[in-house]
Amino acid sequence: MIENRPFLNLLAHLTLMLGVAIVALPVWLAFVASTHGPTDFMSGTVPMWPGPRLVENYSRLLETGVSTSGTPPVGTMMVNSLIMALSIAIGKIVISITSAFAIVYFRFPFRNLAFWCIFITMMLPVEVRIVPTFQVVADLGMLNSYAGLSIPLIASATATFLFRQVFLTIPDELTEAARIDGAGPLKFFRDILLPLSRTNIAALFVILFIYGWNQYLWPLLITTSADYYTIVAGIKRMADAVDGVPQWHLVMATAMLAMLPPVAVVIGMQRLFVKGLVETEK
Amino acid sequence: MKRTIFSNQLLPWLLLAPQLAITFIFFLWPAAQAIRHSVLRQDAFGINTNFVGLANFRALMNSAQYLNSLQVTVVFAISVTLLSMGFSLLLAVAVDRMIRSTSVYTTLLVWPYAVAPAVAGILWWFIFNPTIGVMPYVLDVVGYNWNHMTSKTDAMILVVIASAWKQISYNFLFFVAGLQSIPASLREAAAIDGAGPVRRFFDITFPLLSPTTFFLMVVNIVYAMFDTFAVIDATTEGGPAQATNILVYKVYFDGFVGQNMGSSAAQSVILMLIVIALTAIQFRYVEKKVAY
Amino acid sequence: MASITLSNVGKVYAGGTRAIGDVNLEIADGEFIVLVGPSGCGKSTLLRMIAGLESITDGEVRIGDRVVNQVEPADRDIAMVFQNYALYPHMSVRQNLAYGLKNRRTPKAEIERRVAEAAEILQIGPYLDRKPRALSGGQRQRVAMGRAIVREPAAFLFDEPLSNLDAKLRVAMRLEIKQLQQRLGTTSIYVTHDQLEAMTLADRLVVLSAGRVEQIGTPLEVYRRPATAFVAGFIGSPAMNLIPARAVGHLPGTAHAGLVGIRPEDLTITPEGNIEMQVQAIEELGAQRLVHGLTGGETLTVTMPSDMPVSDMLRLSVRREALHLFEAESGRRIG
Repeated sequence: MIENRPFLNLLAHLTLMLGVAIVALPVWLAFVASTHGPTDFMSGTVPMWPGPRLVENYSRLLETGVSTSGTPPVGTMMVNSLIMALSIAIGKIVISITSAFAIVYFRFPFRNLAFWCIFITMMLPVEVRIVPTFQVVADLGMLNSYAGLSIPLIASATATFLFRQVFLTIPDELTEAARIDGAGPLKFFRDILLPLSRTNIAALFVILFIYGWNQYLWPLLITTSADYYTIVAGIKRMADAVDGVPQWHLVMATAMLAMLPPVAVVIGMQRLFVKGLVETEK
Repeated sequence: MKRTIFSNQLLPWLLLAPQLAITFIFFLWPAAQAIRHSVLRQDAFGINTNFVGLANFRALMNSAQYLNSLQVTVVFAISVTLLSMGFSLLLAVAVDRMIRSTSVYTTLLVWPYAVAPAVAGILWWFIFNPTIGVMPYVLDVVGYNWNHMTSKTDAMILVVIASAWKQISYNFLFFVAGLQSIPASLREAAAIDGAGPVRRFFDITFPLLSPTTFFLMVVNIVYAMFDTFAVIDATTEGGPAQATNILVYKVYFDGFVGQNMGSSAAQSVILMLIVIALTAIQFRYVEKKVAY
Repeated sequence: MASITLSNVGKVYAGGTRAIGDVNLEIADGEFIVLVGPSGCGKSTLLRMIAGLESITDGEVRIGDRVVNQVEPADRDIAMVFQNYALYPHMSVRQNLAYGLKNRRTPKAEIERRVAEAAEILQIGPYLDRKPRALSGGQRQRVAMGRAIVREPAAFLFDEPLSNLDAKLRVAMRLEIKQLQQRLGTTSIYVTHDQLEAMTLADRLVVLSAGRVEQIGTPLEVYRRPATAFVAGFIGSPAMNLIPARAVGHLPGTAHAGLVGIRPEDLTITPEGNIEMQVQAIEELGAQRLVHGLTGGETLTVTMPSDMPVSDMLRLSVRREALHLFEAESGRRIG
């Protein structure tokens, strides 16, 4: 800031507060709705302040769910989401970091070809080739399984590039010192590269966890058994199902629960998250 | 390029094997299938499959529905990009004036990134619900009868708002980073040259921010075209009367619900070409950034 | 501890560029050898070939009795000190020192003993549990040396280890390295571009230029009888005057030479001097001054005591023994 103009500062604060309010509005309304009973919505408008049924609504959802929608208890769906998100995040990190290690620290025939094969995945988002990919997973018998939920999504060019970038900034002398100290490739990977990439791994984990948790189309397609429903995909089934009129208080409570883990991760690890976000795009 | 490398020949392949296997099975093979099916056509019983060349593509180009979807996608992508980036830039510029409260406001603005598009759709769907939603109630007071289940315009506005809302955090973070990387001395020099805050923004800040703006434009278009499937599915399901049926939604719908494999495959191929073009643009930008 | 022998060692890169050509060198057990030359002369490449970090395309490197051309760096029984120290940033000083021993499955008690000993020698005991980033440049330098010492290797390889330090610390560490090497008696090969560092440290110097050995000898031999015009110009500060013989053709014995070399300190100012120099610039160094000027159209530098008066025109003389004569084309010494 250059000159001190109280009016401009005030304007800036007002803009930001209004912005925060607009951004928060939908979540506030969802939270309010999730604390009321079903009859409170009959009057025609949604209440603006929280009601008394917070504990009742949430505990009912987590334990039994909305049986009429054919979805399992929300607790089960959250566990499924957690398994999927963790598998995707960890899977992507593991296969990307080993790929990047191979590409940066070895010279072998067809190295460039391998690199391009990984690169091309960036250009083939799952939405674009959804029909044939579904077919492959169905043929492999991976429908309705945790493997089917996660494995097809764990190839990642972005994560591979990020680790490649990180490795390229590690000085050659460090590798040489390790070689003279008697470290072979795997020992070097474990003792030097992994510890040096720790913050990058953590930052990437935050981003990928959110990516995995928020998957929608894929779990919607490949889970037909309620045992494998994830919460993000399940919420839509819940909103659709109940006799045409959704049980708003329960749908909104489910929405709150669906947001809670990834939002908590972002706010709790804000610094790492911002770093991860900005660096994966470099 | 590394000066020091390990000499093993088998090990790198073992390290690459998982990534390559998944890439081949779940990316390259399905993509190849899409290309193959895009030049084939099945008869009504699914018994005979014939090679039809580019007929599927020609059919798409002559299909009013597909052209409508294309148009809807363009309107939708541009609206989402402008709305989200405009709003984020305003907030980022405001935060850039702050000294102490930057991190508080950042925390209050980053979390929508973590909300799933499907959930964002549900939230706005609830707000705009014609019978019990808050917004129709407010709009009714000013004399507007909101109903996104029947009005094409209302439906488009709903999906644009829901999609743009989710993207605010991302744009905000990159704009703040972009603003912070502009040297203060440039703005100070302009101030000494007699430019007021508004002039400075348009003469100095905005032009210097253009790499960030361009980058975000590409990212937002990609987001609006490919990542908003869930928003559409959770709110309008492409309706009413195809008004929000964007290309990725149509691929899904024609493939799974309509079971029209040839057409769906041809649509996949067209979408792939679009992604490749957008990725190429993005990479040219990255290269340029490196050259600075 | 061991001797190191290089026989006809050379290196050609895959593209066909020759980096090192035909180097022969016998390093005795316990000797301190300095490879010196301007940047790009191949001295670091040669050191890295001995370390096993670069492949050897011609000839043979032997450490002790063993040909090590195909031996992994870790198995060559050498330790290396890098220019940027290459300390593992995520490990404490203690872990940095122990890492190489741990990889060799040295017993724990033995590792502890050696780390303690090295810490004692280098006076880094108080910092053993710190991370490298919490250390000053000089301390990091000591840790890098400690990592070499604990290994008790057959040879130390130093790759410009002092060039990241400031001038004062560099002089102090130079002395420490010399004393340490004498105390441990370990064969050492040291790479530097700084001729002063080379002169002060070396038992024998190897002067390199463009991938070739120009001269091998003790610092005094190299200083007194540079084998080529290149060495003559490179070793010694201020640098030796190298003048085409025709400019000083009237000096005795220079008739057949291409280039005549005269060290600035070998020129004396006397009224009877037979070299006339027109003074152009004077640099005060305190105890003495450097006077730059022209003679017969060629530049010439002379050192003189700072209390001696300087006129625009100086008459200089030089003893016949102080003249270095070189062939014009090859630069080889001819007298």
